[in-house]
Amino acid sequence: MDVKDLQRKAVTIRQDLLTLIYNGKTGHTGGDLSSADLMVALHYHIMNLRPQEPDFPERDRFILSKGHCVECYYAILADLGFFPKEELKTFSTYQSPFIGHPTNKIPGIEVNTGALGHGLSLGAGMAWGLKKSASKSRVFVVSGDGELAEGSLWEAAMFSSHYHLDNLIWIIDRNHLQISGNTEDVMSQEPLKDRMEAFGWAVREIADGNSMEQILAAMEQLPLSFGRPSAFIANTVKGKGVKEMENIAKWHHGVPDEELYASAMAQLNAARKELESHE
Amino acid sequence: MNETLSCREAFTSTLLDLAKKDPSIIVLTSDAKGSSSLGPFAQELSEQFLEIGIAEQNEVGVAAGLACVGRRPFICAPASFLSARSLEQVKVDVAYSHNNVKLFGVSGGISYGPLGATHHSLHDIAVMRAFPDLEIFIPSDPVQTQALAKYLAASGAPAYVRVGKAALPALYDSEEAAFSPGKANMLRDGRDLTLIACGEPIFQCMKAAEGLERGGISVRVLDMHTLKPLDESAILSAAKETGLIITAEEHSIYGGLGAAVAQVTAASCPVTVKSLGIPDEYAVSGTTAQVFHYYGLDAEGICRTAKTCLQNQKSKEETL
Repeated sequence: MDVKDLQRKAVTIRQDLLTLIYNGKTGHTGGDLSSADLMVALHYHIMNLRPQEPDFPERDRFILSKGHCVECYYAILADLGFFPKEELKTFSTYQSPFIGHPTNKIPGIEVNTGALGHGLSLGAGMAWGLKKSASKSRVFVVSGDGELAEGSLWEAAMFSSHYHLDNLIWIIDRNHLQISGNTEDVMSQEPLKDRMEAFGWAVREIADGNSMEQILAAMEQLPLSFGRPSAFIANTVKGKGVKEMENIAKWHHGVPDEELYASAMAQLNAARKELESHE
Repeated sequence: MNETLSCREAFTSTLLDLAKKDPSIIVLTSDAKGSSSLGPFAQELSEQFLEIGIAEQNEVGVAAGLACVGRRPFICAPASFLSARSLEQVKVDVAYSHNNVKLFGVSGGISYGPLGATHHSLHDIAVMRAFPDLEIFIPSDPVQTQALAKYLAASGAPAYVRVGKAALPALYDSEEAAFSPGKANMLRDGRDLTLIACGEPIFQCMKAAEGLERGGISVRVLDMHTLKPLDESAILSAAKETGLIITAEEHSIYGGLGAAVAQVTAASCPVTVKSLGIPDEYAVSGTTAQVFHYYGLDAEGICRTAKTCLQNQKSKEETL
């Protein structure tokens, strides 16, 4: 897919995840929307995946460490054909496998996540094992910025550089907001780049982590440095794409009412038209 | 057999033999190479040995990640930290995700007696029992531990194992007699009461049974090496056939072997179940022998409890 296709896909995924949340009456809307462009870039362009053969050994591995943003993930996996879209209608209903955090019962999902701070250790274990087996597969982990207060992530960060896991890529959805407010008020993360570098990682900041061009340019060459794990700090906007939700902490989780849902879909339709008008 | 061997040495030396034949086996430790008796393993199979440093949460997460890419990880670390510091990783990354990780907790219970409560693991069975899809074992002797290591290397289920620190004599002549997963071993049969234990207290139970037998009390002894899945039929047979059950465990009396046994009998065959273990307090410091003596977990204490329970039972019958 080229940049334009990916941009259009990100609009579709935003609409799909909002529909999922609206119908399921639950969801972590703000983080789903902030991470949508990164998730689309990874799943449709950067990672080596086969929806019809989810377990093929040479695949890249993906871990959504910020597991609460599962609606975006489900929307992408369904769109890619890992399972029929129809199945998503059960999201968040009694006995549905499509619960509010990723589980490996769903085709395409490698591990169960949801408790924060676990994904990087899981990814580091996979990366170590794959590297020792001379596999070409890479491991991608997406974390939230609020999640970075979990000490276990830094244990994993230390481990990953110690063992030179350059097949491990850690992406931070840096939307600057968490459930209680601004990350810097709740528990400051800055100077984040310096911290990650001090742990031995090669780090690149993406000024606009909702820009498909910038994401693709930043991740064009992986790893960033041979012999070191790669990290990306993607500066994003929580609630991106729906003006009523953008940069508002209360949309960490929340369900739009009928009026807001209609407005959101209209805004995203307009965004699609805008993209098409430039073709 | 008069020779003694610690269960951790029995486990890791068996694991070394198994890992030489199975390159998917990988051993992880958190700066506990020495206390887990992993020196020879690390030296001979350095490519299958992964040092994590003192970071138990990462240790369990990394192991789960390794299981996802086809490895058979065994974590060898002090039980106190493995079963508490990394508990959420055990719950989510291992048990809930059904990743084939084996958690081998060494120096469990009050093995580190004089080091104090930070180093005791008297909660581990209670918390691990509450996680679905996690098998739990406390082997009693080196022979059983070797058999258990072989079972674990072949099984696809996640498991938690706890062993003590002390060198122990062999209780069993052969691995076949020592271990069948989920099946308790009847070490001696009796009519008047049953002693159920696992790990080091089993030796005290055997000694107590001999003493009681000399006083004309016939005692059954069950080695309940598998805490989960629990051998409910052996417990119910004991309840039906001997009436009184006394459990002895190096664990809090809350949520461990005694609680598990009582839950089984209460539902199907209510009998008196007396649980010997560590009461609701941080254990006194001391050697295993001293701490066992303090809490009545030695042969003398078990005999005393047995006699009291039998006497109470007799008085109750006479009143009726």
